[in-house]
Amino acid sequence: MYQTDNLVKDLVETHGRRRESLMPILQGIVEQHNYLSDDAMVEVAKELDISAAEVYGTASFYSFLDTEPRGKYVIRVCKTITCAMKGKHEVIETLEDILKIKVGETTSSGLFTLLETNCMGWCHKAPAMLINDVPYTELNREKIVKIIKDYMHK
Amino acid sequence: MKTKKISKVDLIFEHINPREVLTKACDMSPEDIINEMLESGLKGRGGAGFPTGMKWKLCAEEKNRTKYIVCNADEGEPGTFKDREILDRVAYKVYTGMAIAGRAVGAKKGIIYLRGEYKFLLPQLRMELDGFHKMINEICYDFEIDFRLGSGAYICGEESAMFESIEGKRGEPRNKPPYPTASGLFGKPTVVNNVETLVNSVIILKYGAEKYKLLGTRFSTGAKVFSVSGDTPIPGIYELELGMSLLEFVNEFGDGDTKAVQVGGAAGFCVPRKLFASTVIGFEGVPTGGSMKLFNSSRSMYHVLHNYLDFFAEESCGQCTPCRVGCQQLLKGVESVKRGESKSTYLNELVKLAATMKIASKCGLGQSVGNAFNSIVENFREEIIY
Repeated sequence: MYQTDNLVKDLVETHGRRRESLMPILQGIVEQHNYLSDDAMVEVAKELDISAAEVYGTASFYSFLDTEPRGKYVIRVCKTITCAMKGKHEVIETLEDILKIKVGETTSSGLFTLLETNCMGWCHKAPAMLINDVPYTELNREKIVKIIKDYMHK
Repeated sequence: MKTKKISKVDLIFEHINPREVLTKACDMSPEDIINEMLESGLKGRGGAGFPTGMKWKLCAEEKNRTKYIVCNADEGEPGTFKDREILDRVAYKVYTGMAIAGRAVGAKKGIIYLRGEYKFLLPQLRMELDGFHKMINEICYDFEIDFRLGSGAYICGEESAMFESIEGKRGEPRNKPPYPTASGLFGKPTVVNNVETLVNSVIILKYGAEKYKLLGTRFSTGAKVFSVSGDTPIPGIYELELGMSLLEFVNEFGDGDTKAVQVGGAAGFCVPRKLFASTVIGFEGVPTGGSMKLFNSSRSMYHVLHNYLDFFAEESCGQCTPCRVGCQQLLKGVESVKRGESKSTYLNELVKLAATMKIASKCGLGQSVGNAFNSIVENFREEIIY
């Protein structure tokens, strides 16, 4: 659980209290905390004067608006056809091996969450993954080891 | 059918002076701009291929004081990545296209819906947008653009789902009619154009419809940016004149062993080798939003189909039953045929299901699942069964 009061208020200040402000506000919370806690969603509902169910209903529609706790760095490996053809399995195996978690899990340190996602538009440089917002392409074991090491020491 | 030779062009990424084009747009009446678009024969580059001039005309005819131009940058179709490249390299041409559309239909406000996966581009895009706003202020052009981000939902590339998302709701497509040109974003008349379509409108205004029409064919004027991936030695972005045969394309991009090309992404069609020569890439043949995936003979078409069905089952918004249940049943169905739990004739039932989805689904997602499904099952039946 995290403290949201000020963050939600700040985001509401920036984006406003209208219904169309909802997505930018939720995206802003995820940017800070990597997921939407129940408290955060209730807080947003109060600020926008809509029901918490509306907020949850909207959030749960979008795969990038996680409603479960996620690590500081969310890794999303592309699983669509070109990446699947060009070594997505090895990417997953390597990540599971380094991080000692399975797809869908978060490391005990709370640093990394490993997920799969659909086509992210890097088919010409497959296989690809996103770490939070940053894309990494033409992956191989060596490259992945280095990328993850860099994040561990950030 | 007569086809064209493959021919590379460089119009989309060519650097131009946007001020010149916008000044020209200012000197033209909105009707003249629309007539130029109609005359050019430009059709939407997102995949659906609706005539752009007609879309603008319908929106211009609406009597509402508030109208919107929405740029569809929710490029989610598997295998397409050209819009990212366009935004990365010539975003100012996209902004210019939106401003032209704005003048043509009487809209002062534009929104670019950028997929969440491309969020890393946003700081650069915003900086370029600031420069653009400054420039159009200097020439007294009244138009303002803003960004909205997606959050990982393929369906938000469907125009009415995109409106819902911008309005802060679940990205569930609306019933049509009313069409966006009459009632779109916030219920106002709206033009939704793909990133590449908007850049094409700039090209048309710069060079004129007459010159533009010299490229392509009668039904598919102009050129198109193709996203080439899969089993090819040269994956990447290529701008090619429309109207070439798939054989020409494969000769250029294939690895010598191409057995099938998926044209138009997961929502598109799978064309087997025997049809390469007779298939035209364009609106008179197989249309594409740009996604071209090549598969060589080492690939299992069962895996390809399974991957697409898995994609659709996840990305279906779940709102209408034919699509929600249909996607799941097609996926389960091919799995059970593959495992030998269902007879191979069960595939015929699944083809009928896909046909039902085409008729009964609410939006383009459910309506297009059958394209890939039927074309793969029809042409590679043995690979699905054994």
